[in-house]
Amino acid sequence: MSTLRLEIVTPERKVYDKDVNMVVVKGVGGDLGILPHHVPMVTPLKVAPVKAKIGNAEEFIAVHGGFMEVRKDKVVILAESAELGSDIDVIRAEQAKERAQHRLNEKQSEIDHKRAEAALQRALTRIQVGGH
Amino acid sequence: MAKGMREIKRQIKSTQNMKQITKAMELVAAANLKRAQTAAEAGRPYSDKLKEVVSSIATGGGSVKHPMLQTREIKRTAYLIITSDRGLAGGLNSALLKRFVDTLKSKHKSNNEFDLFVIGRKGRDYLKRREYPIKQEEVGVPDSPKFAHIKSLASAAVTGFEDGTYDEIYLVYNRFVNALSQIPTVKQLLPLDASALEGTKQAGPSADYEYEPSAEDVLNVLLPKYAETLVYSALLENKASEFGSRMTAMSSATKNATKRIDELTLTYNRARQAAITQEISEIVGGANALV
Repeated sequence: MSTLRLEIVTPERKVYDKDVNMVVVKGVGGDLGILPHHVPMVTPLKVAPVKAKIGNAEEFIAVHGGFMEVRKDKVVILAESAELGSDIDVIRAEQAKERAQHRLNEKQSEIDHKRAEAALQRALTRIQVGGH
Repeated sequence: MAKGMREIKRQIKSTQNMKQITKAMELVAAANLKRAQTAAEAGRPYSDKLKEVVSSIATGGGSVKHPMLQTREIKRTAYLIITSDRGLAGGLNSALLKRFVDTLKSKHKSNNEFDLFVIGRKGRDYLKRREYPIKQEEVGVPDSPKFAHIKSLASAAVTGFEDGTYDEIYLVYNRFVNALSQIPTVKQLLPLDASALEGTKQAGPSADYEYEPSAEDVLNVLLPKYAETLVYSALLENKASEFGSRMTAMSSATKNATKRIDELTLTYNRARQAAITQEISEIVGGANALV
């Protein structure tokens, strides 16, 4: 089974660097599954877990925005922050989720609303990834 | 013991204490410098990659136009000044701020033509005292800064450019050359220099990308990020400069202290000898008087 290299890079460090069989991401235009020999492309990403399939195993990485560059045998995801499941504090994420939901329920200006929504999305992503 | 001698002894003691402190600071700065350099290197893949993709879109598409790549008439300028929080780093901050104020004076007639975004306590205090318009400030950035620490400041400046508040943004920081030399730099951040991007374009099959949803949309997301990344790497570089400069300053302070101790010890020994000689001549004089 052919593989492609998945790299996830943040301004601080390289979070992930492994050979995988398939990458599933949520792009701004919808979900994308990337297999080896995909056509080169660039797309921004939404705040969502990235799934990497290695054989029958699956690994999840929480990627907060950023974008993805696909080449023939390599996928590079650049994000301002990204975390592996093992680095995530699920309890803290749960708390953040509740805080964000609480704020969403209050009537607020548009900017605050957007910010709360983004926070909620990040928390949900973390919980999803941390739970696996 | 003569009175002068006690004085000298005290001076030696206090110089020794100072030497210990400067020596310790030198060692700490050296360790921090190494860390700052590693951090700057760890961030390089990210900014390199971003630059590569941005340049391949900006130069590959041909028809792609983006406000961030275009120069427009300059009505208002934003400056992003990066300084350190702590002093004792030689002339690092003062050289940078002096250079910056000179630039301001030569380019602008009044304080209404620009806004300042300041990172670091030293720069903030200096510019505030001189009543320059500080729009936003960020102090207490730790020694190994994370991207999140300057995110709000950087994106505020970049957003200001996007919505037309500013027509150009300059980055003011100390460029790190090596531990002995740091250069105060005023660099244009926005609009991005398209010709500089072209130079980095790599030959090879990687240039033909498909863009999802479109090249413009991708560029809209990427360019602000790229600009923010440039700010972050400037911050890392300034940190490295700070430690480098502190290390050099402290090493010369240690050297000066050693010299001073040597001098004082010499003076002390002379004084001691003089005291002994005087004592002997007094005793001899007294004995002679008895006979």
